Amino acid sequence: MGQPLKRKEDLRLVTGLGKFVDDVKLPGLAYASILRSPYANARIKKVDVSKAVVLLGVICALTGEEVAKLTDPFLQISPAPANKVKDYCLAVEKVHFVGEPVVAVVAETRGIAEDALELVNVEYEPLDHVLDARSALNPDATLVHEQVGSNLVFHGTWNYGDIEGALKEADKIVRAKLHFHRFSSTPIENNGVVVNYDRATGFLNIYCNNQMPMFCIPWLSFGLKFPSNRMRMITGDIGGGFGTKIISYPYIALICLLSMKAKRPVKWTEDRREHMFANHGNERSFDVEVPVKKDGTILGFKVDAYDDCGAYTRYEPAGATIWAQVSPGVYHFSNLKVDFFQVMTNKAPVGPNRGYSRMQHLWMIERSVDIVARELGLDPSEVRLKNYVRSDEMPYVTPSGGIYDGGNYAESLRKAMRLIDYDGLREEQERARKQGKMIGIGIATAVDSGTNNFGQVKILTDDNPFSGNSEAARVSIDGLGQFQVGLGTVPQGQGHETFAAQIVADEFGVSPDQIAVLMGFDSAINPYSHQSGSYASRSAVMGTGALLGASKKLKEKVSRIGAHLMKTKAEDIELKDGNAVDKVSGKKIPLRQIANVAWVNNLLLPEGMEPGLVATHYWKPNFTLPDKKWRLNQTLTYSYQTHIAAIELDPETGKFRILRYVIVDDCGRQINPMLVEGQVHGAAAHGIGAAMFENFEYDENGQLKSNTFIDYLVPSAIDMPHLITGHLVTPSLFAPMGIRGVGEGGGTPLGAISNAVEDALAPFGIEISDSHQNPQHIHKLIRDKVSKSKREN
Amino acid sequence: MKSVTRSDIVQVKCKINGKEYTGVAEPRLLLVHFIRDELNLTGTHIGCDTGHCGACTIFMNGKTVKSCMVLAIQAQGADITTVEGLADGDKLHPIQEAFWENHGLQCGYCTPGMLISGLYLLQRNPDPTEDEIRRGIEGNLCRCTGYVNIVKSIKAAAKKMQSEGGKSAQQM
Repeated sequence: MGQPLKRKEDLRLVTGLGKFVDDVKLPGLAYASILRSPYANARIKKVDVSKAVVLLGVICALTGEEVAKLTDPFLQISPAPANKVKDYCLAVEKVHFVGEPVVAVVAETRGIAEDALELVNVEYEPLDHVLDARSALNPDATLVHEQVGSNLVFHGTWNYGDIEGALKEADKIVRAKLHFHRFSSTPIENNGVVVNYDRATGFLNIYCNNQMPMFCIPWLSFGLKFPSNRMRMITGDIGGGFGTKIISYPYIALICLLSMKAKRPVKWTEDRREHMFANHGNERSFDVEVPVKKDGTILGFKVDAYDDCGAYTRYEPAGATIWAQVSPGVYHFSNLKVDFFQVMTNKAPVGPNRGYSRMQHLWMIERSVDIVARELGLDPSEVRLKNYVRSDEMPYVTPSGGIYDGGNYAESLRKAMRLIDYDGLREEQERARKQGKMIGIGIATAVDSGTNNFGQVKILTDDNPFSGNSEAARVSIDGLGQFQVGLGTVPQGQGHETFAAQIVADEFGVSPDQIAVLMGFDSAINPYSHQSGSYASRSAVMGTGALLGASKKLKEKVSRIGAHLMKTKAEDIELKDGNAVDKVSGKKIPLRQIANVAWVNNLLLPEGMEPGLVATHYWKPNFTLPDKKWRLNQTLTYSYQTHIAAIELDPETGKFRILRYVIVDDCGRQINPMLVEGQVHGAAAHGIGAAMFENFEYDENGQLKSNTFIDYLVPSAIDMPHLITGHLVTPSLFAPMGIRGVGEGGGTPLGAISNAVEDALAPFGIEISDSHQNPQHIHKLIRDKVSKSKREN
Repeated sequence: MKSVTRSDIVQVKCKINGKEYTGVAEPRLLLVHFIRDELNLTGTHIGCDTGHCGACTIFMNGKTVKSCMVLAIQAQGADITTVEGLADGDKLHPIQEAFWENHGLQCGYCTPGMLISGLYLLQRNPDPTEDEIRRGIEGNLCRCTGYVNIVKSIKAAAKKMQSEGGKSAQQM
């Protein structure tokens, strides 16, 4: 514990022996390819696959019409009437976004399957489309799903304290209209599914890279009308997920159907364009009012938020509403009103993405705090220090019932300011401005909440059948005294094999090298709960809870056997260096001898004891359901980060570069500091990429313009700055061992960079209202401002 | 479009990681698919199909290529090294050790390409600056690490390789 142990996973990964889903090969494997919609909204008039299926090497094709007969629409978690959305694995009757799957073909090779798609004839009747959340709410707007009768998925009002009173009491009301753009973490490995429908056993053996495979089971089982006890979910190494591989169940269902129809194992590997067409993060716009005092005290926030979830709801609106985990950000105000609308449009459906829904909200707050500072003529650091929740207020209860589990936000800002030499930078900025150079400094502090409470979905409808959270772990010692650990947590690069070995090794007084941890996940082998998976920065905390529980049970049994063999009391036994030691007499026997007795020498066991040394534990945090005002503690841990970016912007081009970038994070006690640091870097890279480069842009026809890595710009090594990091360690007040989730980072760079850009542009008096800092756009803002002031003069 | 028939299929012979391989390929088959699917060397990965992500980077005749940008038939007679060929038996190449020791990978999907590009850089420039390292791996995208620990790993690899007299930098 606390050691920067090298990862157990890495040996196979650096030698090319990783086991990713596209590496799965089965005898008789056939390959699927998917034809996708070229229209944003259209009626399907006719689908003709007759030419495709006679092509040499084609095994079968599947159409939406067949899917509608074979399956039920996927479960919806929206309240009525949005729960009338009919979501199938292939479009039925209508297409709703460019890239929606329409027809699938299975062939002997991927190439033949793709050739066959060119022989499929689909006749469409194009319809009007709607591409913007606000206009989608107009009464005469085109309907994405006609049977719903509206494009509204969910409207809810979170109202705490007295925001109207605060607006009256304020010295000033700061207003902003903000827009958070569409992007996604775009893991380098795309989605993939291999299904082998085994007709002999009636099992669907499903190999995939879904991050929450057991959570998908209700969607798959009810959708496919296939018994869940014959669905086996298997994952191996996953080439990055970041949330985007959670809602892949439509693809899994599709490949299941294809394997059943083809009577062959079938593989589908998404290509990059397919990924870009159908995996987006939530887009959101905000109207914000912030009542403030002259001295910078923030009295509250009044917000109208419009979230665009694209053409299908999938995990929405459960996902979008988790912004309320961090309702006040890091600030101490009690008056909060958020009117939240989630709306469907004819764009790609959204899903979880690193920082999911909280980053949109936190960016809105961090952007607003800087606007407050600017309008009051105060330094942004001053306004933050004045309004942060103080460390002596911890645990701090937020207006929406979140219980922040410790931290010192002011110290994290001070530390970041020292690391970047804030005062020196301000002086440099001043000097630079005199020479016509534009330097900007941007601060953001965000809460990085982890281990979600699914009880939040009861806000949407009381009968949503999930709440709380849970995870499973199994620890076993075999008859030769060798340890094996199985977890439910489905890793995608976070090093779960390493941390699990560290935790269990510490518990049993052995070395981590002696612990074999099962790689990947297999529902027929690993223990699991239906909430198992890697999401919501939960695995370290949930996995640790489950591992500690299983270790405790197993240690008790080992101690009882050891005590019996040494004729002493179980409570006097200590496990140390691979032995059970009697603390009183100093006598010891090796664990392998106890294991031998437990399994195959079992006539020596204490009377009545069950043989074997296997313990499984299912751990759940203490969560509650929401109250009538929707207050609840929505996550168990609340890590936080402060970022400061210093940039230099060229007003001639609108382009800017990062001069220095500092991060101070606090995720409580660290199991493995090396892994924590890696997560902090990765989250920062996603935020910086999103703020500076990545943007899913649609044209007026609903065509996605940035659909490859040619036009959707993922930062390369030369785009990324060197990251200067610092840590605070404030143990969690509630999580096992004082650890906290880490890894999503709260989208902090989006705030730091947009604040830095606005600060750089201060001489022009330009306000930044978008989360994406596109040089062309910045250049236009400057040009417009300059020509406006010329006109005025 | 007409599907490819057996008569279009070409036999491709090449040397990979010091071993002679013979496989069959349609003329349109990309080298990366040939290596992964025909020869079962799955360490080389695919991430973008457009030559941007670099996950499929390999050595071909001493230079790095993105194997999704080369047809299998263009590799006729070529001398290729993939990630599987970096280690010497059980002994890891210094660049593999350096990535492991410096947490230069998380999910490990971009790693094979990153190792190859990193090594190619060190063959040409045994003691690169941070800026030169960043330029050297510009064609390889990583979404997990923010590149910080990759840069650190390549620096560490440079040191290791210098201390053993540049033996492991020989042509691949």
